[in-house]
Amino acid sequence: MRLVVDLNKCQGYAQCAFLAPDVFAMHGEESLIYNPRADEEQRERLARAVAACPVQAITADGLDGSVGEPVTGSAGEASDAR
Amino acid sequence: MPADHVERLRREGRIVIVGASLAGLRAAETLRAEGFAGELTLIGDEPYEPYDRPPLSKSVLLGKASPLHTELPHRWEVDAKWRLGVAAAGLDLTAGRVRLADGDEVEYDRLLIATGVRARPWPKEEEARLDGVCLLRTREDAADLYRRLRAGPRRVFVIGAGFAGSEVASACREMGIAVTVAERAGAPLVGALGGVIGAVAAGLQTENGVDLRTHVTVTSLEGDPVGRVRAVHLSDESVVEADVVVVSLGSLRNTEWLAGSGLGAGPRGIACDAGCRAFDFRGIVTDDVFVAGDVARSPHALFGYQFLSLEHWGNAVAQAETAAHNMICHGAERRPHLWMPAFWSSMFGVNIKSVGVPPMGEQLMITQGSLAERRFVGVYGHQGRMIAAVSFDNTRWLEFYQRQIERGAPFPVEFPTMDRRPEGLRPVAADFPDPSLPTHGPTVTLSGYSPADQQLVFHPARH
Repeated sequence: MRLVVDLNKCQGYAQCAFLAPDVFAMHGEESLIYNPRADEEQRERLARAVAACPVQAITADGLDGSVGEPVTGSAGEASDAR
Repeated sequence: MPADHVERLRREGRIVIVGASLAGLRAAETLRAEGFAGELTLIGDEPYEPYDRPPLSKSVLLGKASPLHTELPHRWEVDAKWRLGVAAAGLDLTAGRVRLADGDEVEYDRLLIATGVRARPWPKEEEARLDGVCLLRTREDAADLYRRLRAGPRRVFVIGAGFAGSEVASACREMGIAVTVAERAGAPLVGALGGVIGAVAAGLQTENGVDLRTHVTVTSLEGDPVGRVRAVHLSDESVVEADVVVVSLGSLRNTEWLAGSGLGAGPRGIACDAGCRAFDFRGIVTDDVFVAGDVARSPHALFGYQFLSLEHWGNAVAQAETAAHNMICHGAERRPHLWMPAFWSSMFGVNIKSVGVPPMGEQLMITQGSLAERRFVGVYGHQGRMIAAVSFDNTRWLEFYQRQIERGAPFPVEFPTMDRRPEGLRPVAADFPDPSLPTHGPTVTLSGYSPADQQLVFHPARH
């Protein structure tokens, strides 16, 4: 599973590091280090980390077998595009 | 433009995106998300699908992530024709055609240019070819450098103490590798944050065991008989033995392929309006060519309509989304790209973040914390206004300062702060180097009107 963290948004709340410590780790007081390619067995923990981030800085795909949350637009447009 | 033209474009038009990295991918996703149903082609010179670069100088060098697996997650299905591993080689504006390096041609109704920047190589080609002389920009670069660091070099030499160079030095120290950093200016990070903050960064490096050499340049790289780099010669006549040399001299904008195309493209990037539409060389806006990401140069109302080139991750995302939106809608629905510049870095365990445009600031005021503790917020002032803020391990305050900058808050700051120390009571000179002197890549290029610009003459690059 691929993921990316928008570090402009990240404010070092460390929720992700608590919930998925094999993917995310704090480095120093408030900088975040993460593995952008999480193992399959991290799926549930990663999903929890994505949901728990107070600033919604984590984007991951493959969490539910398809692409992640649409950026904008409606589901109808999505199905047209696929 | 007649309304039905836009409708037809959205339904069956051909959009070509040159540049398959962060900006290119996010633009493609936005086009599909906003209902573009036509033909979409992405052209990229690297043979990989879009990957993320910030981890390459951080997680990857620390062994927390594989350099081969930083591919970006897709936010939306893009359903595109990918032409990867082939660079764009030319543009015919009149015919609406992109020429590829393999001789192929791709026609477009709308074009987005997101070709970004590349690492500035060591200028002496023979020395640059020595085994052990590395750049750090692509995933190949990162894989190579990581392998060399794992092999336990006796000493790494980093040329240039900007963000990337400093991050490499930080990773080396964390791995217990001896490292020397050479910087032409008086301190690390001065181009981006000025000399006052640079002094803090210098302390951070030396306390962590970096052999930091400032006010020096590298004069030559010396190889051994079998072509491996062996030593670095400096302008102060000292010689440092090293078996890995990381050239971290900033970046060059990928605009050469547009030479002669008639676009307003050059060493500073491709000029565009706030709606991401490219200018031609006469300064007239094009209707069907758009620009986004590191290669773009656009005016920003909040910063005196300066044309800003931003090598910032967030800018690539935001500008790509705006460009994609504007590409497929009517004039009145277009949005300006007025993103607040922001970047981050981390080194030696310290989180560095900034909002606004620090190099525009003449003065600096520490408003939270203290420089000595390396935990602070500094505010930059420009003509009586707050123009930027930087934080060391104080990121949660930045949003407050961003709002202040957006509303043109006065400088020196007037509000009381929670933990102001004596040093924060008055502004000091921010101490940016003379902009007419060459430095390695700033993360922000200011290229709008300024009296100094009238003195500038462009000479073709010699390397």
